[in-house]
Amino acid sequence: MSASAGSGPIVMPQPRPFGAAPPPRLRVEQASYAYSATDRSAPKFTLAPTSFDAQQREIVAILGPNASGKSTMLRLLAGLTKPLSGRIEVDGVEVSELELRTRAQRIALVQQESELLFPLRVWEYVLQGRYPYGRRLRFESDEDCLMAGNALAQVGGDALRDRWMDQLSGGEKQRVILARALAQQPSLLLLDEPTQHLDIGGKVELLRRLRKLADENRYTVVVVTHELNLAAEFSDRIVLLNKGKCLRVGTPAEVYEGALLEEVFEAPLDVEMRTSGRPRVILRGSR
Amino acid sequence: MRPLTPRRILWICAGLTCLLFVAVLISLRMGAYPISVQDIAMTLFRGAMGRRDEIPPDFWSVVFVIRLPRILLGILVGASLAVAGAGFQALLRNPLADPYVLGVSSGAALGAIVSLVIAPRTPGAIQAAAFVGAALTVAGVYFLGRRGGQLDSATLLLAGIVMASFLSAAIMFLITTLSGHDLLRGMAFWLMGDLASPPPIQDVWKWFGFLFIIFFVAAGAIYTTSSDLNMILSGEQEARHLGVNVNRVKLVVYISASVLTGLAVSVSGAIGYVGLLVPHVMRMIFGTDYRLLIPTSVLGGAIAIVLADTLARTVMGPTELPVGAMTALAGAPVFIYLMRRRVR
Repeated sequence: MSASAGSGPIVMPQPRPFGAAPPPRLRVEQASYAYSATDRSAPKFTLAPTSFDAQQREIVAILGPNASGKSTMLRLLAGLTKPLSGRIEVDGVEVSELELRTRAQRIALVQQESELLFPLRVWEYVLQGRYPYGRRLRFESDEDCLMAGNALAQVGGDALRDRWMDQLSGGEKQRVILARALAQQPSLLLLDEPTQHLDIGGKVELLRRLRKLADENRYTVVVVTHELNLAAEFSDRIVLLNKGKCLRVGTPAEVYEGALLEEVFEAPLDVEMRTSGRPRVILRGSR
Repeated sequence: MRPLTPRRILWICAGLTCLLFVAVLISLRMGAYPISVQDIAMTLFRGAMGRRDEIPPDFWSVVFVIRLPRILLGILVGASLAVAGAGFQALLRNPLADPYVLGVSSGAALGAIVSLVIAPRTPGAIQAAAFVGAALTVAGVYFLGRRGGQLDSATLLLAGIVMASFLSAAIMFLITTLSGHDLLRGMAFWLMGDLASPPPIQDVWKWFGFLFIIFFVAAGAIYTTSSDLNMILSGEQEARHLGVNVNRVKLVVYISASVLTGLAVSVSGAIGYVGLLVPHVMRMIFGTDYRLLIPTSVLGGAIAIVLADTLARTVMGPTELPVGAMTALAGAPVFIYLMRRRVR
């Protein structure tokens, strides 16, 4: 790895007493947020204090209807916004205090791709994930190329290497965006509705891949999604939000309760427990 | 996978420098007074060695008094406008951004005219005023070009075009009403751009030194942000996640590109389309990486203006066309081509 980034303050984790359990990879402690149009106006949206932890190799799904605070929570986890109160720590360090590039070395955020102003090839796009590790002008080293190549291989995108980004299908593009995040070598991987434009095969493939990456690379993965059944199948922990409040945190079996989901999503939903111990959500027919 | 290396940048720039040298030779050679390449080489060599008394007076005045200052001015203006254009394209996230099209050149020209009225003898005042005019225009276009808090490509261009026509009208109004003042330049100079009349300054070489220092500082500042600009071109939000200090980069590019536009306009008027044409041609040849695009735009802009001005001087000889007319003849069709390609 080339030189560590930046000139900002170096934030060191607090020393822990001998014999104590390691801190969780991600710790959200009573984190809240309020958004208002101006400094003096009343808040338009508030996220009530929320707490949950996640260990390495865990997949956490943040669920909730529209405007429930999922994306706000993701922005707080990414360190893009500072919580109004409470703390969000990754490996024992508060994320909003991290210098920009140090933060990008620890946390990667996958969002829907913005429109590229000028066309880029896939390998150029994935190499951008190495930006947090570069020095001035950031000419990429052999190691950066190796890391970017590995990241592309991990998402099964070797064959896409020389293609143009604007010629990829939705599923291929999603894989390449994920590869750029992997090239950051983060410990926390955040994904904002990654299955949005994928067909059912693409959705399952992406979540299988995330499961594999979390297991093999010890990532902690946080996914914001609307896919109740896929979240139940692939995640270890669910954070259920509604109207800016965290209603429940726990395993899918603990969180998925028919009456609760019906109330939150305002739809006739049944929950049945499968033999695997994971719940399944079924839409009750009107006839 | 072949990432960009400093060595590759150096090789490409060396090649373009050779092309610029050829363009300069062509420009020195062409004109009303015939002079051979050998005589040009001899004159330049002796001039550089400080042996002026060995140079025939005709050659001295053709090369060192008439053509070379004009070529150097062209190099400075072309390089400044091309880098400013590449900077504005990234800053405003719009591939059609160009100092002339967005009215930034007109803003700089208005600033320069105002400074000529208020403080005609203050050294550097015209460059400072042109910078202020350019910076205010960019800010105006930026805020007018937003829709729903986001920069909108089409609204931005419309805002720029309206701003350009408004500022051009203001320039015409000022020049007409201030015809008694010693403005040195006419309306055609400020609105179309011209390299024909170098200012009557005692020590022209010192003046060039001053202008080139401003150029190197501003273009160098943009170059230090070039890898950040690569990230910003893929989306500002993404750039932030990847650790780019987006606000700092935008401020550096905003100030530097305004300085470069002000610099070019203060000495040559509003020459159009160089900031659009040159970065696009360089992108087509060398790719979109700003670490290569900025230096190649410097050299490409210089080559483009030197050749355009040579054509402007000679194509209708002995009558001279303003160089801005030549660049607009080439630039406007390219603008339309790029616009239609984007619409599709």
